[in-house]
Amino acid sequence: MKTNDSKSHRDYIATHLKGVPRSGIRDFFDIVSSRKDIISLGIGEPDFATPWGIREASIYALDRGATSYTSNLGLESLRSAISDYISDKFGVRYDPASEILVTVGVSEALDLAVRAIVNPGDEVIYHEPSYVCYAPIVTFAHGKSVAVQTRPEDGFVLERDMIEKKLTDRTKALLINFPTNPTGATLNRGQLEGIAKLACERDLLVVTDEIYSELTYEGERMSIASMPGMKDRTLLLHGLSKAWAMTGFRLGYACGRRDLIEAMMKIHQYTMMCAPILSQKAGIEALRNHDADVERMRRAYEKRRNYIVSSLNEMGLSCHMPKGAFYAFPDIRSCGLSSKDFALRLLDEENVACVPGTAFGSSGEGFLRCSYATDIEEIKEAMKRMAAFVERGARNAERGPTPFS
Amino acid sequence: MDELLRLLKENALESPANLAKMLGLSEKDVKDKIQEYEKNGVIRGYQAIVNEDSLNLDKVSAVIEVKITPEREGGFNGIAGRISRFPEVDAMYLMSGAFDLLVFVSGRNLKEVASFISEKLATIEGVVSTATHFMLKIYKEKGVLMAAHDENERLQVSP
Repeated sequence: MKTNDSKSHRDYIATHLKGVPRSGIRDFFDIVSSRKDIISLGIGEPDFATPWGIREASIYALDRGATSYTSNLGLESLRSAISDYISDKFGVRYDPASEILVTVGVSEALDLAVRAIVNPGDEVIYHEPSYVCYAPIVTFAHGKSVAVQTRPEDGFVLERDMIEKKLTDRTKALLINFPTNPTGATLNRGQLEGIAKLACERDLLVVTDEIYSELTYEGERMSIASMPGMKDRTLLLHGLSKAWAMTGFRLGYACGRRDLIEAMMKIHQYTMMCAPILSQKAGIEALRNHDADVERMRRAYEKRRNYIVSSLNEMGLSCHMPKGAFYAFPDIRSCGLSSKDFALRLLDEENVACVPGTAFGSSGEGFLRCSYATDIEEIKEAMKRMAAFVERGARNAERGPTPFS
Repeated sequence: MDELLRLLKENALESPANLAKMLGLSEKDVKDKIQEYEKNGVIRGYQAIVNEDSLNLDKVSAVIEVKITPEREGGFNGIAGRISRFPEVDAMYLMSGAFDLLVFVSGRNLKEVASFISEKLATIEGVVSTATHFMLKIYKEKGVLMAAHDENERLQVSP
């Protein structure tokens, strides 16, 4: 007799997904969330709430009954605001009618961009250590992700020649993120120009994730999209999560050549339809009227950066001065522990959570990501505890061959 | 504004060592700058922001709109100076619009404030009229909300 409750042993999971590991951040989150009373420097989002004026605009929209779908591309008024903002800050003008797509966070924009351009087997070059999603989304699109390792001794910057070594006939695009999560690295004009020239010579598309752009503390703030000849071969991706402290609104956007935006829109319209209207309404207010709030938060991060980097160096963990984003990325190799062991033991012994550098690629081994999007009082306490931890390790090392044991 | 002043306005108790770290200055530089600001009168004092509503104090506060006749020499400053010296006056501003001075006063009870207004303030020569508003509740002071902090759970580790 046949029964309906027979167990299935068939493997339903798609083959190309199997090699993709879970995010190292996610792994660490599971360990941390089982604990109480920790100080977390593991948080990749602002500790500020969204500025009140922006929240209020969203509430007002809700009051007025803004509860519908919007155009697939996003509200026309938001696309205009984006066009003006990008023109004002980056000096590149995109047509709101056909060159801008509003997405659910910059994460969706990245996924759409990669899916829109990658044929099976196409290669996409990105730099490591990097944010966790770049390699997986290329795999999801049946492409091949190719990592360029950036080096601590150069401040984790990316240069033309480093990319050149990885080019093949299948290379289609280059994915960059400066300022970088987790290293805080930025590129200067010369470095960007070098990469732009290479893209032109080899006819590559550059996908640039500008999510931390406003949070630049030193040097000129610019996008590769503004370099000569680059507007047509760049997809500029940005969002409001970080600089406007709007992570929960899930609002991002893509700017680029009409055919690229059209292709991304095709996927977006069938899979996501549109970004939430209340977030879009908040986004208009954010882009039009809240530069001062962004600047206020940027200044606060800058002071915390100075504090945390000088504290890390004082305790003997060599840490370069990040020029952007809100992460310090200290070198912990002198302690003789792997990134993961360091992070686990720091959590265990001092109740301080940081993310192991290996969560951001194998070249993050020996490093730790410490977010300074954290209240200054918590940073002070965390630094005190970390210093005690490092000091204890150093003392133990003098006694025996195995540090920290 | 100097970043040092901004930080002190947020938290005047921040130690010079920490301020130095945040600003990338030496501790001595920070101490010298603070001393200079105190000496030249840019920094006028340091106070805690207290939620007085939580203390059940015998205290009432009022805001008074005061119209005055400016003097031939000195304009508003002569009379304003006289009024501002009363210890009952906590804060005072010269305003544009329908009245001239906005005066924040406090006393132990309604009667005490009322008598200050009728006996001291209103009788000063040049004061034309007063309109008094008593305060009922403090929501925000010096940029600080007086209500309990919003509790919002953030993930402990996130991208």
